[in-house]
Amino acid sequence: MAEGLSVRLRQRAPIPLEVALEVAPGELLALVGPSGSGKSSVLRAIAGLLRPREGRIACAGETWLDAGAGLSLPPQRRRVGFVFQHYALFPHMSALDNVAAALGHWPQAGRAARAREWLARVHLAGLEERKPVRLSGGQQQRVAVARALAGEPRALLLDEPFSAVDQVTRRKLYRELAELRRTLPIPQILVTHDLDEAALLADRIAVLHHGRTLQTGPPAELLARPASPLVARLLDQRNLFEGTVLGHEPERTWIAWAGRRLEARPAPGFAPGARVAWLIPEAQVRLLRRDPPGGRRPRDNVVTGTVVEMLALGGRVQVTLAPDGRAEAPPIAFSVAAHIIGREGIAPGAELRLSLLAAGLHLMPPEPA
Amino acid sequence: MDWQALRLSIALASWTLAALLPLGLLLARLLAYRRFRGQGWVEALLALPLVLPPTVIGFYLLEGFGAASGFGRAWEALFGHRLVFTFEGLVLASILVNVPFAVQPMQRAFEAIPREVREAAACCGMGRWRIVTRIELPLAWPGILTALVLVFAHTLGEFGVVLMVGGSIPGETRTIAIAIYDRVQAFDDAAAGRMSALLLAISLVTIAASYALTRRLGRRDG
Repeated sequence: MAEGLSVRLRQRAPIPLEVALEVAPGELLALVGPSGSGKSSVLRAIAGLLRPREGRIACAGETWLDAGAGLSLPPQRRRVGFVFQHYALFPHMSALDNVAAALGHWPQAGRAARAREWLARVHLAGLEERKPVRLSGGQQQRVAVARALAGEPRALLLDEPFSAVDQVTRRKLYRELAELRRTLPIPQILVTHDLDEAALLADRIAVLHHGRTLQTGPPAELLARPASPLVARLLDQRNLFEGTVLGHEPERTWIAWAGRRLEARPAPGFAPGARVAWLIPEAQVRLLRRDPPGGRRPRDNVVTGTVVEMLALGGRVQVTLAPDGRAEAPPIAFSVAAHIIGREGIAPGAELRLSLLAAGLHLMPPEPA
Repeated sequence: MDWQALRLSIALASWTLAALLPLGLLLARLLAYRRFRGQGWVEALLALPLVLPPTVIGFYLLEGFGAASGFGRAWEALFGHRLVFTFEGLVLASILVNVPFAVQPMQRAFEAIPREVREAAACCGMGRWRIVTRIELPLAWPGILTALVLVFAHTLGEFGVVLMVGGSIPGETRTIAIAIYDRVQAFDDAAAGRMSALLLAISLVTIAASYALTRRLGRRDG
């Protein structure tokens, strides 16, 4: 991937890092992970603000870092656009001067006009003379984005750029970023701990934990097929259980769980009798109607249980179910549209039947005991 | 009124300022942004003049500047006259004594600039010198101004060290603070009173002006 951004980092101290990332031109990679997982350090290393012990970073065919050869370009020569978490605008300069500060490569006479164009592109026309303290959080973020892009960077790095604004503004800024990205031919990395944000904006997600990239892939694939229970948990997957492999058929694998036989996607890699971790994404859990029109049909993996908890979030309700009414069994979580609740008589203590779709039931190596 | 002493005091303060502006900026920036071994000791050493009695500082400077020391002999060989009891010696002593008054406000001002702001400047393609002139100095300016005012006012008022290193030679080392002491010793309370009032007024005006200017600079960011 000579045209894109390629990152390999390795060090033990001061922050442990073991990172491998490839980002194509025009692609947005979200780097997700809990606080302290090293997300910001990775961005800082790419920008040249932190020098890792070992590693190689190349972008657009140019080597930025080759620790083995003692090569490390300073930030000024890497030309990255960096949007900091709290924007790091120059407080003594107007919005216009903040953007113009990144235009050192432009002829002096054209800088103000060019900076004006950038501010207009991020919908800040008319606020050119404002100092950062007199701009709202969302406006400051836009200035930071304009400043980062004005330098015609070879990569765009965004460090939690939405964490300091309110939710309404955040949604607006999501749309603006998605719009701006369409014409941006450079690799982009977004650091975030918000999984919904990552899934919404990113082409691919890389999961970082204790400085290690655990898995990288498109959001849907990562949610459906996490490489390990740890990745699943980091992606906030709640229906994570352990069972035993019973056997394989060409189209399916059978596992035993809580005294049941469950059908899973074929996973011939796991030997019969082996312990496995398994996951069913919430979207793959179907609520079975009490009296379906046309009578009952055979369904995948039917589980009955008792509702133990209900949480209304927007138009949907998060339901937690204790299988077979046993409170000690690991519960299954799913969500249904709010209007279903009344129709199906869902209430704490009610008995429900669920189907765990076999096509969504994913097997993984168990966590070391 | 000893106008000569006042002129001497102002000359001493001006030379001290001229030396400590670049030196203080260099030291303050180094201490604010670099981490090195023994930094705590260096900072303690620079802060010593704040806590030591002027007589102790004066004593060591006298020893260090005197003909018995290598530095004192080298000076005499180079310039043909002694360093102690001269205006040059006084300037050198004043610079050393004022280091903490210059460095500390400047260092705090540099430290108050968020690391990300300086990093953002580097990512914008600004070189190191450009970051200093376009970002750091404008943001640290109120602290730098405070430092300069403190140094100026403190030099006008310095008494102990000046007396130890300079004595009280009219036109050479007798500053206004020393002149006031001489007048009191000579029971010339009227002259001492006039000079004290003048010194009080100069100090008050300088500090008040710096506060007002700092406030205006603060508002400029708004």
